[in-house]
Amino acid sequence: MSLLRVTDLSKGFGGVLAVADLSFTINPGTIHSIIGPNGAGKTTLFNLITGVYKPTSGRILFDDVDITGKPPYELAALGMSRTFQNLQIFFNMTALENVMVGAHLHLQPRLLASLLHLPSVRRRDAVCRERCVELMEFVGCGKYRDADAASMPYGALKRLEIARALASQPRLLLLDEPAAGLNATESREIDEVIKAVAAKGVTVVLVEHDMKMVMGLSDHILALDYGRKLAEGTPAEVGKNPDVISAYLGAAN
Amino acid sequence: MQMKARTTGLAAMAIILAVMPLTFPNGYYYDIADTALFNAVVCVGLNLLIGYTGQISLGHAGFFALGAYASAILTLRWHVPPLVALLAGAAMVGSLAFVIARPILRLKGHYLAMATLGIGIIIFIVLNTESWLTGGPDGLTTDNFTLLSWKLKGDGGWYWVGGGLLLLAVWLSLNLIDSPVGRALRAVHGSEVGAEVVGVNTTHYKVLVFVVSAVFASVVGSLFAHRIGLITPGIGSFFRSVELVTMVVLGGMASTFGAVVGAVILSVLPHVLTAFEDYEAVVLGLIMMTTMIFMPKGLVPTIARLWRRRRASA
Repeated sequence: MSLLRVTDLSKGFGGVLAVADLSFTINPGTIHSIIGPNGAGKTTLFNLITGVYKPTSGRILFDDVDITGKPPYELAALGMSRTFQNLQIFFNMTALENVMVGAHLHLQPRLLASLLHLPSVRRRDAVCRERCVELMEFVGCGKYRDADAASMPYGALKRLEIARALASQPRLLLLDEPAAGLNATESREIDEVIKAVAAKGVTVVLVEHDMKMVMGLSDHILALDYGRKLAEGTPAEVGKNPDVISAYLGAAN
Repeated sequence: MQMKARTTGLAAMAIILAVMPLTFPNGYYYDIADTALFNAVVCVGLNLLIGYTGQISLGHAGFFALGAYASAILTLRWHVPPLVALLAGAAMVGSLAFVIARPILRLKGHYLAMATLGIGIIIFIVLNTESWLTGGPDGLTTDNFTLLSWKLKGDGGWYWVGGGLLLLAVWLSLNLIDSPVGRALRAVHGSEVGAEVVGVNTTHYKVLVFVVSAVFASVVGSLFAHRIGLITPGIGSFFRSVELVTMVVLGGMASTFGAVVGAVILSVLPHVLTAFEDYEAVVLGLIMMTTMIFMPKGLVPTIARLWRRRRASA
């Protein structure tokens, strides 16, 4: 049974198809990578799956529920969350508060109870705060818990986004270039975080350019070029595929 | 720590409010103080929308005026008890804000400013032209605020009501900001898409805060109508809306105490500056310009940061 099933998905911007007739499935409990040259449509595909964009045609099923065209907050409630290539941190809040927003759906936010700071609100907030601190430590940015997000270094912010996404307790987590802009050491650390997330039973889909990371981490790889599927399979299969090699290195002839 | 800062702030405000009247030599000072308190409550509500959620409204004087007119009309024409009229006005303004919020809060930045400006202007025109109901440009006279057999009057009475209401508004605002709903509101300001992907329905929260801030304005408008005795469409003018936004920005966005400080300063300053006679408006403008140039984050956040830095280095 598949956790995510994408069927004949297309997205056009003006006359250009950024994603064209794409079909694939993602099985639960795996780490799935989407690779491809710049402009291949990877981020567009992410935006389609997570509801940030609406597809021109095609269907997306999440756990057998049709989620095509649904807004991101509804998908979050169904158990899908993501991070962004260009960070979408709440810079007007502290690091811990950022992660606590991730737990929004699990806090039963009510206006009147919040205005009056009822004991139930305070109790739930206290439990949530502890859990979010644990998540920050889990992804390796625990020392910034009381820092303003605006004062944090780039590498820590990338981890913070992962912690925030995890706070929503997703079954499917999409990571858009989690290692971009990080040095080799930081990349390896993120690598470990992703493995640990997957070990918790969260299905992970990532877009990544760091081939070493992709090959070492993935159970399954989908290669895109010009919005179409170029190849699909295990890292070994995709690595040997001549179409993938020519798309990345240029054709030999 | 946040909890402590909140209690300290509220206690300090309560003490200042209690001590202030001792320095008032006559009723004129109460007039100014009451205006400052009313403005402060509206600004605390408006700050939730502007400072914390990152939206803008150039029409909030319209909601204030609607509350005032609802109270005046209901109490005079239909002899509704003032408190009931106040609540009815708040419910009406809340509903109106709810209906218009959904379409206009899809807009961002300048476009949202334009749309809210339009709403304020429409309200102003209706108050001016529908004379059969609103008295037109002449306005409406209002009666004292009564609750059962108790009558609110005199210089001190309104001051304590205004002060109590301000403490309540500040308490509610501080509570809200440090709650799941408040974090969702601030997240909308920080990154809408970032908030959406963890389950925050950003449209819902923008509508919610718009309604809450409009209700704040309406409640104060109702009280203002009883306090002042005569209301005219001018209280809902575009200039009043701009004045309210200026108070929030001057005091410091995303700071509840900042909204209070901004409102108090801009309510009191014109009276202080009467010493400059003809140049009053020029001096007021200069003060505001220099403040915004040297303290773009507003008075309270800037001073709070300087204070923290000084304590850290000491």
